[in-house]
Amino acid sequence: MMLRSGTAAIALMAAGAAYADKASDTLRVAFTKELESVDSYFNSAREGVVLQRAIWDGLLYSDPATGEYKGNLATEWEWVDDTTLELKLREGVKFHDGSDFTADDVVYTVNFVADEANGVVTQRNVNWMDHAEKVDDYTVRIVTKEPFPAAIEYLSGPVSMYPSDYYEEVGPSGMGLEPVGTGPYKAVSVEPGKHFVLERNEDYFDGPKGQPAIAKIDVRTIPDVNTQMAEIFSGQLDLIWQVPSDQAERMAEMGQFTVANESTMRVGYLAMDAAGRSDPENPFTKLEVRQAVNHAIDRETIVNELLKGKSTPIHTACFPSQFGCVQDVTEYEYDPEKAKELLAEAGYPDGFTTEFYAYRDREYAEAIASYLNAVGIETDFKMLQYSALRDLNMKGEVPISFQTWGSFSINDASAMVSQFFKHGELDDARDDEVLAELDIADSSIDPETRIEHYGIALQRIADQAYWAPLFSYNTNYVFTKEVAYTPTPDEVLRFHTAAWN
Amino acid sequence: MLRFILKRLGLALLVALTVSFISFSLLFLAGDPAIAIAGESANAEDIQSIRELYGFDRPMLVQYADWLWNALRFDFGQSYYFKLPVADLIAERLSVTMTLGVCGILFALFTAVPLGVIAAIRPNSLIDRIALFLSVAGQAMPSFWFGLILIVIFAIQLGWLPASGASSWQHFIMPTVVLGYYAMPAIMRLTRAGMLEVLSADYIRTARAKGAPEGRVLFKHALRNAIIPVVSLAAVQMGFMLGGSIVVESIFALHGAGYLAWESIGRNDLPTVQALILVFALFYIVFTFLADVLNAWLDPRMRSS
Repeated sequence: MMLRSGTAAIALMAAGAAYADKASDTLRVAFTKELESVDSYFNSAREGVVLQRAIWDGLLYSDPATGEYKGNLATEWEWVDDTTLELKLREGVKFHDGSDFTADDVVYTVNFVADEANGVVTQRNVNWMDHAEKVDDYTVRIVTKEPFPAAIEYLSGPVSMYPSDYYEEVGPSGMGLEPVGTGPYKAVSVEPGKHFVLERNEDYFDGPKGQPAIAKIDVRTIPDVNTQMAEIFSGQLDLIWQVPSDQAERMAEMGQFTVANESTMRVGYLAMDAAGRSDPENPFTKLEVRQAVNHAIDRETIVNELLKGKSTPIHTACFPSQFGCVQDVTEYEYDPEKAKELLAEAGYPDGFTTEFYAYRDREYAEAIASYLNAVGIETDFKMLQYSALRDLNMKGEVPISFQTWGSFSINDASAMVSQFFKHGELDDARDDEVLAELDIADSSIDPETRIEHYGIALQRIADQAYWAPLFSYNTNYVFTKEVAYTPTPDEVLRFHTAAWN
Repeated sequence: MLRFILKRLGLALLVALTVSFISFSLLFLAGDPAIAIAGESANAEDIQSIRELYGFDRPMLVQYADWLWNALRFDFGQSYYFKLPVADLIAERLSVTMTLGVCGILFALFTAVPLGVIAAIRPNSLIDRIALFLSVAGQAMPSFWFGLILIVIFAIQLGWLPASGASSWQHFIMPTVVLGYYAMPAIMRLTRAGMLEVLSADYIRTARAKGAPEGRVLFKHALRNAIIPVVSLAAVQMGFMLGGSIVVESIFALHGAGYLAWESIGRNDLPTVQALILVFALFYIVFTFLADVLNAWLDPRMRSS
C-alpha cells in the first residue's frame, strides 16, 4: 500500500524461512479489505464471493475451467417456457445446522432475495427473478420477470441457497454473524471485518465442487500488503492474493514461494460523454474526438509495464470470456499522429482541455492522462471516491473518466455491456440502435440470436467509439511451496480446491 | 478548586456539542450517502428509496436533533457497512485503540521524561546528544517505515514477535513502540527545556545552598515545575494517539477505532464516522480537562487564571 517498491526491497533483505501450517491442517489466508457482512446477499465485495463459494452452494455450478454448467443443489433443469425454469433438487443434502435442504428452502430464498424491499445489496444479481414455486419437495420452478437467458449463469454464481427456517429467524444480520449453508466449509468463528475461521463440512454431498482437502481455513484481515508479505515470510500465513505486480515479481525471483498469476473479469475503460450530458457542446460528442482518444492510448505498453501478468488489451465493451462478448469489432491501434489528425478534423487542431476523472488505480489513470496530453487533450485530473464520482456520473457531469467494471464474475456479456448501454443513468452514449440490439440479445433464449445481436451492438459501440476499452486486470496469488492451488480467471479464491503438496 | 473544575466542565460540554454539530454538518457535504450505501449496481430508483428509508430527505437540523437525542442514550444507529450497532462496533474497536494509546503514551513518558531530565542535567554531554539524535530520528521517521523495519527485524529475522493481530500482549509491543516513539521527541524536548530553565532559577539555587540532597532538588523542586507543560502536551498527544493511530493500526492489522474511522470515511458509513468523531472529541476534551485539573493541582496559581 505505502511505499510499495521500497518496502518490497526490505522484505527481500529479510530472508526468513517460510513454513506452512500443514501440520495442523489449517490454511492461513489474508484478506486486504474489511468485509462488511458474510451474508452473501449483503455485501458486494470479492472477499464476500470467496466466502460465499465456501459456505454456500448454488443450484447450479459453472466449471471455472471450461465454463460448462453442471448440477449442484439441483440435478436437472429445464426451461418450461420463456420465463419458467424447472429444477429437480438433489436429495439428501443437509445444511450445516443439520436441517434438510428441500424445495421450501429454494422458494424461501428466492422469494426473499427477489423482493426489493429486503434490500439485497447487488440488486442486479437477483432482480431478474420474479418468484419461485414449489412443485413438490424436490422440484421447484423459478419464474423470471422477463425472458432471461443469463439465468443459468446467475444461478451458478451469486444466487446461493439459504436454510428457510434459520434465515427467517435470524435474518441477514444473524446470517452475517453465524452463517449456515450447505457448502464445503462451515463457518465456526466470525469476527466481522477481522477474522473468519472455516472448518471442513464432513458431511458435504458428492457434488461438482468436490470434497475439500484442507480441514481448516483461517482468514485474517490485514489491510497493509507489506504486512501480509511479512506474515508470509515469517511463516504466519500460507496464502496471500491481490499482491501488486512489482512485489509479486520480486517474491517470484526469490524462489521461496509459488507466485501464480491469473486474469480477472475486471476491465478498465474510458467512458466519454458522447450524448452531451455534461455539456451539449463538449468535444466528446464528436466521433472524431472519441476515435482520437482511442488511438491516443498505448494499451500494450500500459499492460506490459504496469498491469503485467495475464492482463491483455481490450477492444470490446465486455470481458472476452463472457458469453456474447464478440471480439471481431473495430480496433483502434496506438497511433498518436492519427489521433492528432482526427482532433484537427473535429475542429481542435491545438487540442483542448477537459476534466478527467478516476476513482481507483491512480497510476494507471495518470499514465492514461499523459497519453491524452501527448496528443493535445490537456487533462484536469480529478481523483474521487467511488461514491462521489458515481454521483457526478449519474447527474451526467463527467466528460471523460477512467472506470473499471468486474461484472460480479458473471460470465455473460449482459453483465457488462447491458449494464452501461441501455439508457440507464450511467449511459453516456444513449444510442437507440445499441439499446434495441441489447434488448433482443438480453431476452432471447436462443444462444445464436444472442451472439448475433450482442455482436451488432458491440460493433456499433466500437465504431462510434463511445468508450475506449483499455485492458483487463489480473491478480497475483502468492503461496508457500507446501500449498497447491490453481487460480481461476474469475478471481474467486476457492478454498475447496486448495490442497497440501 | 471546585469552582475551577465546574467552569472547565461547562466549557468542555459546550465544545463537545459544537464539535458534534460541525462534524454532523460537514459529513453531509461529503457526497450523497445514499449512493455509497446503494453500492455499484444500484439505479436511481434504488438510491431514492434508500434516501427515504434512511431519512436523508429530511431537513438537516431535524436529522441532527434526532441523532443527538439517540446519541445521548448511547444509540448511534446501525453501521451502514457492517449492518451492526455502531455502539457495539466502537466499543469493541476502541478497546484495542485505548490499550494501544495508553501503552504508547506510557512508553513515551517513561522514556522521554528520564531522558529529558538527564539531558538537562548534563547539557552537551554524550547522553544529551544521544537524546537529541533520538528525538530528531523519532520526528523524522514516518511511522509506517519504522513499523516495517521493526517487523522485518523482530518478526521476520528474529521471529520473536508476531507481525500483526491483537490476540496477545506480545502483539502490542511493536505497535506501542512505534506509536510511543512518535510522541516521545516533543515530550523529551519539552522536559529538557523546562528542566534547564527551572534548574537555573533562584529557588533551586536556594534549595541547593540550604544543602538539600540533589535527588530531592531535581525531582521535588525542579521536575514538579518543569513537568507542567509536559502534562498538557501528553494529554494532547494521548488524544492524538487515539484518533491518529490509523497508520500503526493498519500496519499491524489491529482493527482499532482509528483505522475504523479512516475506513468508514471512505465507505461513507456516516453513523460510524459521526459516532467516532464524537467519541474522539470527547476523549480530547476529557484529557485536556484532566490535564487542566492536574496542572491546577501542581501549580495552585493556575486555579485563579
